[in-house]
Amino acid sequence: MRHIISILMENESGALSRVAGLFSARGYNIESLTVAPTEDASLSRMTLVTSGTDRVVEQIKKQLNKLIDVVKLVDLVENEHVEREISLIKVRAAGNARDEINRLVGIFRGRIVDVTDTSYTIELTGNCGKIDAFLKAVPNDTIIEVVRSGVLGIARGEKGLRL
Amino acid sequence: MELTGAQILVKALADEGVEYIFGYPGGAALHIYDALYQQDEVKHILVRHEQGAGHAADGYARSNGKPGVVLVTSGPGATNVVTPVATAHMDSIPMVIITAQVPSHLIGDDAFQEVDSIGITRPCVKHNFLVKDVRDLATTIKKAFYVATSGRPGPVVIDLPKDITANKTEYIYPKTIAMRSYQPTSEGHSGQIRKAVQVLLGAKRPIIYTGGGIILANCSDKLTELVRLLGYPCTNTLMGLGSYPADDPLFVGMLGMHGTYEANLAMHECDVMLCIGARFDDRVTGDTNKFSPYAKIIHVDVDPSSISKTISADIPVVGSADVVIDKMISQIKESGRKPDAEALQKWWDQIDGWRKVDCLDYDRDSDLIKPQFVVEKLYEVTKGDAYVTSDVGQHQMFAAQYYKFTKPRRWINSGGLGTMGFGLPAAMGVQLAHPDATVACVTGEGSIQMCLQELSTCKQYDLPLNIVNLNNRYLGMVRQWQEFFYDRRYSNSYMDALPDLVKLAEGYGHIGIRIENPADVEGALKEALNDKTRLYFLDFITDQTENVYPMIAAGKGHHEMHLSPRNGGNDEERELA
Repeated sequence: MRHIISILMENESGALSRVAGLFSARGYNIESLTVAPTEDASLSRMTLVTSGTDRVVEQIKKQLNKLIDVVKLVDLVENEHVEREISLIKVRAAGNARDEINRLVGIFRGRIVDVTDTSYTIELTGNCGKIDAFLKAVPNDTIIEVVRSGVLGIARGEKGLRL
Repeated sequence: MELTGAQILVKALADEGVEYIFGYPGGAALHIYDALYQQDEVKHILVRHEQGAGHAADGYARSNGKPGVVLVTSGPGATNVVTPVATAHMDSIPMVIITAQVPSHLIGDDAFQEVDSIGITRPCVKHNFLVKDVRDLATTIKKAFYVATSGRPGPVVIDLPKDITANKTEYIYPKTIAMRSYQPTSEGHSGQIRKAVQVLLGAKRPIIYTGGGIILANCSDKLTELVRLLGYPCTNTLMGLGSYPADDPLFVGMLGMHGTYEANLAMHECDVMLCIGARFDDRVTGDTNKFSPYAKIIHVDVDPSSISKTISADIPVVGSADVVIDKMISQIKESGRKPDAEALQKWWDQIDGWRKVDCLDYDRDSDLIKPQFVVEKLYEVTKGDAYVTSDVGQHQMFAAQYYKFTKPRRWINSGGLGTMGFGLPAAMGVQLAHPDATVACVTGEGSIQMCLQELSTCKQYDLPLNIVNLNNRYLGMVRQWQEFFYDRRYSNSYMDALPDLVKLAEGYGHIGIRIENPADVEGALKEALNDKTRLYFLDFITDQTENVYPMIAAGKGHHEMHLSPRNGGNDEERELA
């Protein structure tokens, strides 16, 4: 099963490599990983998407908690949550295809953020499924480049992951 | 008054109560060595190779419970200490390792003697720190000692750039430290403990299986009280030997790959297992699918990630062994409940039946020196009261099986990582921690050569160690596996051109004795042990064909032990139903 683990870590150099090293050393999957500072400059927030059996995921959480720099973590899929990913997609768009792609962008509520005579760059935000669906909808041979941010997630409700 | 980083480091070590620092100087560490020279609170032990420093500090820590401290230079100094760091990490030994680093402005430039020490050690430390500002140094040292010694202990590396050791600031050493990101649990959930006690008291075929956690938590006395209160059989892991007195009738011996018949079968047949401070290592469990099929498992560990990692626990208890055992004892006493005496008697009858197999029996009348015989004699001559270090291989297993450890912190070996070369430097640390104690290093001619250079350190500091070298001219454990599982194709397990170890010992300024006759074993041991002033290198020429029994082969369960031919084991079949 897929899990989204949100981690608050001390904003120390090397914090990211501790997490990445843990996953490679123990052979755990990482589907995506994002990290950035939070409103508290001393903390970073990391969002990590992984998958595995319940037992493996339980171990992943325990091993992450064992890292000295990890302050708190929560598995977002245990409760209601919102997840988003942003992507920037550059596609070939010339002649008739320009209208077709423009329509698709509208349907998926994306935005075109850069235009040339032969290409569009599209910004699309949503959960992973939506981005996957868009990439399927666009003719494969038109895609020049895809950049995805990896998943960000937050729990629904008034409570926050903070100290 | 402002002090340099180097002075701050040395002062902080003194304030931490550090008695010895094991190390080796080099360019990036020179400011620190200069500061060491100008004080006499912290004594520096100069080794011959950084690996020796690491293992010596480790042996020191294992034998007296205080953190071991190491100081090495950058680059090769740091890489040479990686093996000891990993050794300590696998066995949860508290250590603080200071690796000097090239000056901050050169980091990342591929400077002379530069390596990414933080990156290299990251997977084998409890934590590591790179000091970037001399004003953070004192706090970082405090944190390092706190992290190394609390919760599940482990090694902590401090990487210290040379410029930081020259920069100055006010020295203030924090008395206590709190870290928001690190708050180890020690108490143990009282509801879980209550559940555990109920299950324990209801057991018909119980076993208490404990490991190094008991020794680390200094609670052998409490474990002994608990076991005797219940009257249940107790087995120890390789790391836990000495935490329960081996000469007690409730002790069924070590368990696992080379554990006793009775311990392993009791593990297999038990209906309730209480595991404290052990981690269901693969050398303990054998095939996990065949592991203890009837057992309800209670697992007490200070490290939550040890619980249900390889074997699912039915009743997990996260907490320090001493606190949890204390609570168990008082709850058992308060409950007024007694174990089921009738069931327990039946269980003990069954265990005594297994004991009768006498799985550690060997040919005591052999014309050749049997390695087991040397260890047994060592036990007799030292009256079981020595500190015994070992390296890794057959001799390690013989020492674990035949030296009956009755006290904690007496058996010092690399259990998790299995580091050859550990024994001699570890023995140096033990002897420094206990200057008046008898220290024996049980080793083999393969292992001893891995850190042999430390014989020179022993001379410099007059360490009267007793090196018990079980010399079978083979890498014995490798040879044994090749005999059993590779059709006797002894690939690279025989060492040609062994040095004359007696002359070698003499060359280092020690006393060397070669013993080739079983009748001379006891005399040689007595001679060495009675002389408290000199290091004796006893080179016992042992039977080359001896194997370690019993043995659970890889992929087998506890009930599929292979016994020695003397006990009806068939070496051709290597299986016992």
